[in-house]
Amino acid sequence: MAEAAAGRGRRAGARLREGAPLLPFFAYLVIFLVIPTVAVLVGSVYLDGSFSFGRIHELFSSTALAALWKSVLLSASTAVVGAVLGAVLAWLVASSPPTSVLRRMMLSLCSVLAQFGGVALAFAFVATVGSTGVLTLWVAHLGVDLAGSGWLYTLTGLVLVYTYFQIPLMVIVFLPALEGLKAQWREAAVSLGATGWQYWRQVAVPLLTPAFLGSMLLLFANAFAAYATAAALVSIGSPIVPLLIRQALTSEVVLGQSGFAYALALEMIVVVAVVMVAYTLLVRRTSRWLR
Amino acid sequence: MSQRPTERTPSDRSRPGVSVELTDLTRTYGQVNALDGLTLRLEPGELVALLGPSGCGKTTALRILAGLDEATSGTVAVDGQDLTSVPANKRDMGMVFQAYSLFPHLTVLDNVAFGLKLRGDDRTNRHLRAAEMLELVGLSEHSEKYASQLSGGQQQRVALARALAIRPRVLLLDEPLSALDAKVRVQLREEIRRVQLEVGTTTLFVTHDQEEALAVADRVGVMSHGRLEQIAAPAELYAHPATPFVAEFVGLNNKVPAVVSAGKAEVLGVQVPTLVGSVEDAGLAMVRPESLSVRADSEGTASITSVAFLGPISRVHCTLADQTPVIAQLTSSQARDLAPGQRVSLEVEPAPVLVVPAATMGA
Repeated sequence: MAEAAAGRGRRAGARLREGAPLLPFFAYLVIFLVIPTVAVLVGSVYLDGSFSFGRIHELFSSTALAALWKSVLLSASTAVVGAVLGAVLAWLVASSPPTSVLRRMMLSLCSVLAQFGGVALAFAFVATVGSTGVLTLWVAHLGVDLAGSGWLYTLTGLVLVYTYFQIPLMVIVFLPALEGLKAQWREAAVSLGATGWQYWRQVAVPLLTPAFLGSMLLLFANAFAAYATAAALVSIGSPIVPLLIRQALTSEVVLGQSGFAYALALEMIVVVAVVMVAYTLLVRRTSRWLR
Repeated sequence: MSQRPTERTPSDRSRPGVSVELTDLTRTYGQVNALDGLTLRLEPGELVALLGPSGCGKTTALRILAGLDEATSGTVAVDGQDLTSVPANKRDMGMVFQAYSLFPHLTVLDNVAFGLKLRGDDRTNRHLRAAEMLELVGLSEHSEKYASQLSGGQQQRVALARALAIRPRVLLLDEPLSALDAKVRVQLREEIRRVQLEVGTTTLFVTHDQEEALAVADRVGVMSHGRLEQIAAPAELYAHPATPFVAEFVGLNNKVPAVVSAGKAEVLGVQVPTLVGSVEDAGLAMVRPESLSVRADSEGTASITSVAFLGPISRVHCTLADQTPVIAQLTSSQARDLAPGQRVSLEVEPAPVLVVPAATMGA
């Protein structure tokens, strides 16, 4: 008995030593992921000393549902457009020789542009195609009203601006998958009689599907959580959930809305979790070979 | 040596072998001549191995035959039909690659059936054929597995089955064993030969491993610097190398000083016949280790530097009086009483030798 206990003790000690280098990471996770998530969870149902599902109930108000719908629409559309266009661009990059200057320039540009969201990007668009933007004024001479009815400051504008950083992000995350396609797979397919199209349809696309879906999920989450770009562009109304959270936290009209902000944050966590589960199920279904 | 293709068993798996002709192929990459006028003919049903060091052009030749690379000049013909400008997917050739090339998203059965699917075979027929090919390579029980669940040797057997499933006119093997460990390599090369004899497909096998080439091929072509140095049956190639390069590359060789006169070379005091291509005066005789015998002799002019025990055989490393290092290969029982430092006499058996100029070998 004593020996067995000593053995268990030694094994536990060994596990602790193995895990020791990861402790700072675990600490980071706890402080910046676990605690905030728990705070959001608790805050959405418990505030000022009382439990209440009232804030959760508020998520089903027309304002909150509209914001959720617009957030999902914005994130999904920019994820799909960004993923498709980014994948094509990544393929062009992957097809160029590794030593190509153009390739290196493209990759550097994508790395910068993928992080170029926020106020600066919003301002760049306003300065270009806003109501008094450079391009708007130029084409006004030709009788074209580029700014239209202020579309840049609506959901349509957000889709365009978000796509701007979604495409380069897709290039960065999807390129390794494209480069992982072995030349032998293409040559084997061709020697067995495949045309270029058949190779893509029957070999490359199925092989790339999990990485494509994973990248698209990342793009969705990236857009869903983006705040600064939308905040800088949209000052009136709250078309998307992050802006509704801001409004709930800073509202001077209705005080005591922070509980609603917690509920909205919880809603965002749930949406991302649902998308991740859907992604996992989809990959399982399409890629049994990965198991 | 292996069986000739004429001995193969009749099978509905087989398709009559066709001839392959590569004529005056050249391939240049910038300033580099990867192929320099290669001409090679494979007889119907024959397995020819192209052997040579890295960069000798053997893989380039195979890729040009497959249509995966384009010759700078020269022609490729199969069964008399010029395929030089036919795209790879229309050439009807099965290929096994050096690196594992199974499609990871398909099961073993679907991998083997892949080429048949492209040809429009219905599901039942292509699965029947794939199952037959898997049986041929002894992997029937793994048909529902994915490539990642197989060992390297099993993956290459599936690749062989996949290449053969389409009943190719020519089978191309691009160093298919080089990624495998030694024991599996030997097993698989024998399996490749057995399967090739059974299906009777004309086969080009590219390898840098001389033992592999000699073991499986009907004929072995030795390449160097984009040229074919010699092509011959394995035994012929080993016994009668036509050039210093072939003599050096195929098998271990000792370079022993020799003097040639009237078609005979005096090597270690023994008169031996010379092969065509030998020099007519002093040079270096290429003597196989197994052509040397070693006798303990306190008056001998050679001494043993080391003895390497290799199981049934042993290699005895000696130094001649002029400090020339030589290796003799003896049975281990013959080498039992030999030890480093011992004085010995060396004798060479009177088999024909190639005598090359000393400068050729950098001696």
